[in-house]
Amino acid sequence: MKLRVPSFSILNGKSWKFTHDTLFQIFLGVISIISVIVLAALLLRELIKGSWPALSTFGLEFLFSTAWNPVTGEFGALPFIYGTIVSSMLALLIGVPLSLGIAVYLTEIASSRVRAILSPVVELLAAIPSVIIGLWGIFVLAPFVREHLAPPLMNYLGFLPLFKGPAYGYSVLTAGLVLAIMIIPIISSVSREAILAVPSLQKEGALALGATRFETIISVVLPYAKGAIFGAVMLGLGRAIGETMAVTMVIGNNPQIFTSLLHPGYTMAAVIANEFTEATDDVYLAALIEIGLVLFAISMVVNIIARVITWKYLKLEEGLS
Amino acid sequence: MNMLSRKAMDRLFTFFCIASTALAIIPLGSMLYTIFVKGFSVISIDFLTKLPTPAREAGGGFGNAIQGSFIVVGIASIIGIPLGIGAGMYLAEFPNSRLSRIVSFTADVLTGVPSIITGIFAYLLIVLRFGGFSALAGGVALATMMIPFIVRTTEEAMKLVPAELREASLALGAPRWKTSLAVVLSTARFGIITGVLLTIARIAGETAPLLFTAFNNRFWFDGVMNPVATLPVMIYTYAISPFEDWHAQAWGSALVLVAMILVLNIGIKLAAGRRW
Amino acid sequence: MGNKIEVLDLNAGFGSTHVLKNISINIPKNRVTAIIGPSGCGKSTFVRCLNRIHELVPSAWVNGRVLLDGKNIYDSDVDPVDIRRRVGMVFQKPNPFPAMSIYDNIAYGPKIHGMKAKLDEIVEDSLRKAALWDEVKHRLKDSPLSLSGGQQQRLCIARALAVEPEVILFDEPCSALDPVATAKIEDLILELKENYTIVIVTHNMQQAARIADFTAFFLMGELIEYGETAQIFENPRDKRTEDYITGRFG
Repeated sequence: MKLRVPSFSILNGKSWKFTHDTLFQIFLGVISIISVIVLAALLLRELIKGSWPALSTFGLEFLFSTAWNPVTGEFGALPFIYGTIVSSMLALLIGVPLSLGIAVYLTEIASSRVRAILSPVVELLAAIPSVIIGLWGIFVLAPFVREHLAPPLMNYLGFLPLFKGPAYGYSVLTAGLVLAIMIIPIISSVSREAILAVPSLQKEGALALGATRFETIISVVLPYAKGAIFGAVMLGLGRAIGETMAVTMVIGNNPQIFTSLLHPGYTMAAVIANEFTEATDDVYLAALIEIGLVLFAISMVVNIIARVITWKYLKLEEGLS
Repeated sequence: MNMLSRKAMDRLFTFFCIASTALAIIPLGSMLYTIFVKGFSVISIDFLTKLPTPAREAGGGFGNAIQGSFIVVGIASIIGIPLGIGAGMYLAEFPNSRLSRIVSFTADVLTGVPSIITGIFAYLLIVLRFGGFSALAGGVALATMMIPFIVRTTEEAMKLVPAELREASLALGAPRWKTSLAVVLSTARFGIITGVLLTIARIAGETAPLLFTAFNNRFWFDGVMNPVATLPVMIYTYAISPFEDWHAQAWGSALVLVAMILVLNIGIKLAAGRRW
Repeated sequence: MGNKIEVLDLNAGFGSTHVLKNISINIPKNRVTAIIGPSGCGKSTFVRCLNRIHELVPSAWVNGRVLLDGKNIYDSDVDPVDIRRRVGMVFQKPNPFPAMSIYDNIAYGPKIHGMKAKLDEIVEDSLRKAALWDEVKHRLKDSPLSLSGGQQQRLCIARALAVEPEVILFDEPCSALDPVATAKIEDLILELKENYTIVIVTHNMQQAARIADFTAFFLMGELIEYGETAQIFENPRDKRTEDYITGRFG
């Protein structure tokens, strides 16, 4: 059932009476304009204004140039865009199957007691600040990758350019792992809700035909929830793209494009975090802000897609019931 | 497919799901374990109350960073909480207006702004205009992150108030604004407080927005227009430094920060589960 | 005429709730057996015990014996997945799989059971048996959500038929349908009993009288009376059955 709260619009009212109630609406309306709309507009304006010196100097070439040399005044965003895309995709590649496994385990397999203990534990992961995950990344994960994960990858998959040595602890692979850890809570919790929303009649329909649990989940439950799960994945992607500290601390911060995942890289967020306070001249600073603008634009697109998909999915569900 | 291999697939799948869950919990366990083991030996009264010392010099603490974190989060709360709650109230009270739809969509989009971007924003807005890194700029950056979350949580908490309660008040002849404040807002207050506290727990650990706004300071807080040390930035600076003793201190302050955030988080959730 | 299913001392419930109490009943082969009774009397739980769907609900428990062709389906060497293929089920609300086409809904069961050959034939045959073929033959690739409620329910019947079950359980299959759609389903059930053993749960006594050969009356988890439909409706032996069918309660 949907609750409809009667709306007292000052413009629709027949008589324009300046009562306490209209005052109340105007007051709250002004606050919401200031705190959300003015904020968003200001954010966009400052970013465009701040990056203008770079925008006007380099134009579109900025996005496709691989040069990053503050000393000679050459700036191109491609290594950072590349690093952001590769590390985020790697995070999805690792994080999405694991998140779905967790979501299925916690909804369909675990007993209610195990579920009551484990669900908050997985969500706890989301509460750990990114700088702390970065700290752990530097001193625990990066050495682990260098000594235990990269050598077998090089040995068995070294013929692929992706796993060519030598292996560094601070690498795109390490960044991808850290990001996977960070997006698992959001993707698994939204997917869990999506799976819980699948009517039990759907599951029973498959089981009653003699399907196993695996067959029921793969062919009926996940397809039914796929819209919301895709929305969850986009939310995770948005988070991975914008994640700053943990990545900055483990990716190695090297503005070059390597195909090997075992080599260091750089992301848009990381270069801003690292070099912003060092940017002494105006063009350098503007170039960093422009990278911020590009990052902002990409994450907005991803987030709006996530939102629209979730909205569509909800519509679909209303149509079914 | 014969029954045997179908069963084997079923088992394999169950194993995969259990393994996924374990794989997500292992890093968390490793993090908490390392933080506790490496951080615990560093923590002392001095560590919590004294100023930092230069590298390779014994003693010293993170007292100023703890103080600074409270101040920056405090500034963010002073700006962010009233604005966020006001906008959330508007969305809950006037959900069908065109402004509501725009505000609602924009707030959703703002929740996805990367944290480093709010740092750039506060840098351009405050640091550049007022001539230097400052606690205020850090507070503005965190407030920018906070507002959309508080808007959402307020709206959701107020929409949970049953319509009958609102109608009962209106039926008694109470004007709408009084109903909103006296009935709806007060009924929803526990939900709103929970949401606000969770938001605070979330931004207290943010580092990226503070790197070039609040910046850093090796001394005690010295006014809102001056740079100030905060726990997350201190942890970052110490973690990437080449000094062993700074690494140890980074673990110590990580323990302090994680303890504060987890206590806040778990406390709120337990309280919310039991009473609210 | 033999018994397809023999139920002996069946008890079932959820947690501390005891839903079915000492049910013993024989279900004859190639006949329609109706289960009637007021809501909450355990009718649905009973049929859900016959294909081991009941046990999937957390906290659900079962004991007693259910013999399918003389073999207890609750024996430890019996695979519930196999039982569910042999004992099909049609649910209260139509539940086609929305992510699959009409064709794939029917083909799904045969595919998982490895009946990959002649899928087209199985689909057409099942749809014909469910009296739906003529209505959907030109739109097999469409979403099942484009069908009306009654068509969706017949699709679900066709889906159940496609895995070649021996028994079909109907759990109030018409409760979400209008009278015209209901009449079609009832005709279908009468045709199906030639080849299948049918158990139908219904709260609609006219429906039981119209289609069932045997009727069982359940009350508060107990089997009160079981016999030929005509006898139950015209000459009930138990006072409570009489009260129920004359509308004194429920």
